[in-house]
Amino acid sequence: MIKLFSLKQEKGKAAAAAASGEGKIAPGLIRMQKDVSELKKEKGVEIDFYNGKADLMNFKVKISPDDGFHAGGHFTFDVKVPNTYPHDAPKVLCETLVFHPNIDMEGHVCLNILREDWKPVLTISSVIMGLQFLMLEPNADDPLNKEAANMLAGNRRQFAETVKRSFRGGPMMINGKQYDFPRQG
Amino acid sequence: MATLDDPDSAERWADVSLLTTRSGPLANEGNYGTLFNPPVIFEPMPEIVQFIRNMARVLVVGAGGLGCELLKDLALMGFGQIDVIDMDTIDVSNLNRQFLFRNADVGRPKATVAAEFVMKRVKGVTVTPHYCPIQEKDAEWYRGFQVIVMGLDSIEARRWLNAMMCSLVRYETSEAGERVPDLTSVIPLVDGGTEGFQGHVRTIYPCVSACFECTLDLFPPQQAVPLCTIAETPRSAAHCILYAHLIEYPKEFPEGKPDKDDPAYQNWVYTHALERAKRFNIPGVTLMHTQGVIKNIIPAIASTNAIVAAACASEAFKIVTNCAAFLDNNLMYMGGQGLYAPTFKYERNAQCVVCGDGVVMTAAPQTSLTLLMEKMAEDPRLRLKAPSLSVVGGKKGDTLYMRGILETEYVAYLDLPISELFDSGATLHVTDPGVPGSIRLIVEFACEDIVLE
Repeated sequence: MIKLFSLKQEKGKAAAAAASGEGKIAPGLIRMQKDVSELKKEKGVEIDFYNGKADLMNFKVKISPDDGFHAGGHFTFDVKVPNTYPHDAPKVLCETLVFHPNIDMEGHVCLNILREDWKPVLTISSVIMGLQFLMLEPNADDPLNKEAANMLAGNRRQFAETVKRSFRGGPMMINGKQYDFPRQG
Repeated sequence: MATLDDPDSAERWADVSLLTTRSGPLANEGNYGTLFNPPVIFEPMPEIVQFIRNMARVLVVGAGGLGCELLKDLALMGFGQIDVIDMDTIDVSNLNRQFLFRNADVGRPKATVAAEFVMKRVKGVTVTPHYCPIQEKDAEWYRGFQVIVMGLDSIEARRWLNAMMCSLVRYETSEAGERVPDLTSVIPLVDGGTEGFQGHVRTIYPCVSACFECTLDLFPPQQAVPLCTIAETPRSAAHCILYAHLIEYPKEFPEGKPDKDDPAYQNWVYTHALERAKRFNIPGVTLMHTQGVIKNIIPAIASTNAIVAAACASEAFKIVTNCAAFLDNNLMYMGGQGLYAPTFKYERNAQCVVCGDGVVMTAAPQTSLTLLMEKMAEDPRLRLKAPSLSVVGGKKGDTLYMRGILETEYVAYLDLPISELFDSGATLHVTDPGVPGSIRLIVEFACEDIVLE
């Protein structure tokens, strides 16, 4: 091994003088290259790489459902992809205030694939699909906003009307709680 | 102890000399299996002692539970040139097992204190501390070591270092005409890790044996509790602590980013978690549990660290001196229920993004990017219909071409000659809907035939 090491030193010096190799890659970034290049354009989904084309790790997804309680609204989600992706899930925050059982007032999103059911085989496309599904089918069983969940479970019509009313924007009282929704439409 | 005080006494080197100046039944005589071809045979000689004392530079990554043990082991084994890198400072909770640190050292950099201690205790050893993140050092710095021993606590840091060490490997053409790693550029890694009564030791010869990225799938994703459980239906003390940490604090201080190490913050979370636990009638919220949950502390047991570090140091010694066959390539230490310590071999992943062999393609420097992608479609080894490409250190940015929603941003590159995008010999990372993972494509510039008029 000593021979190998002395050889190493000579060669190492020569190589350092020449080009210094291929450069180190961030594996998470390559995976994002694949994920982003394979995203399909879809109706009701807009993706904005707000730091420019070179930053694939931070973007916003605007979802405009055409069906369900929240049809007609536009909801922006901020997605931050960690360097450990796809070992760890992307971090998603809803930036649009919305009356929804699985999204709280701070924008936390309760979506199983973003936390306990995240698997490295899932992609950005699956995350977006999950968000679309969440906006289409709010789920009263896993509440982050208890008022919304109770209303959805107890009186679907009242929930539908409340969401519709929230789309008009401005301050609004729901079960004694003050909300200030943005105007939608 | 006299042997430690006089680094030049024959006594100090008696044991190491026995191992390195004579052959024996355990000496490596080409039993490295398939790793090296032809096998590297042990040649006993007195120079080996001088080599590990004066020339072989060892890098210890991490000066925590494993790092302290490693530094002590390596220094006592005779390694004379040790570097240690760690970005942390000493916390009072480290003192029960990180035995190079004392009460008075709390708050000081781990690397610095560890280096001082070892140099004071083991005469003749130079330990150079580096108090910074591993990401701050560049390729040239890492190239200066003969072996790197890792005592890290995160997958992220292991992954980074693994990718760095794989990127240092150069390739050459073998006598059989194959593209093979130039062994003089391969710097072996020894990785140790512990959790409670369990641990592992692993050797990685970058681009020769399975690298960390090859087997990344084997790590289970971090366990996460559903946010809705934390918010609405807490069942355990941890759920209450996470509520205060993840939901209450950001609500109360929307601008503040909490310092998880700050006792004031830990107390804040503890008191709020306690309130919540009372409301839901959940027992078990203590300050210690709070610290464990928010800092994601895994239980550390000093003796497990000692066992794993000792195995790592032995492997580093065998790798550098070649006096005995080294671990090929993984040891599990399971001491939780009885004791079981199997070894097995991780296999390489041919498609590995980091260490995969890659495909070499030649093209004239004036080839346009469009033409290069056409060649990728035609090449029977690739047959890529819709490739996206990137290259580290590209002349116009790392991304060369993206399909899909960003495609319009890159069409301007299509007509550029590839020599304006990257250098000859660059490694392109190619993804394609038809291929899982990615492909490393090495593009070498070849001159186009000149047609004489």
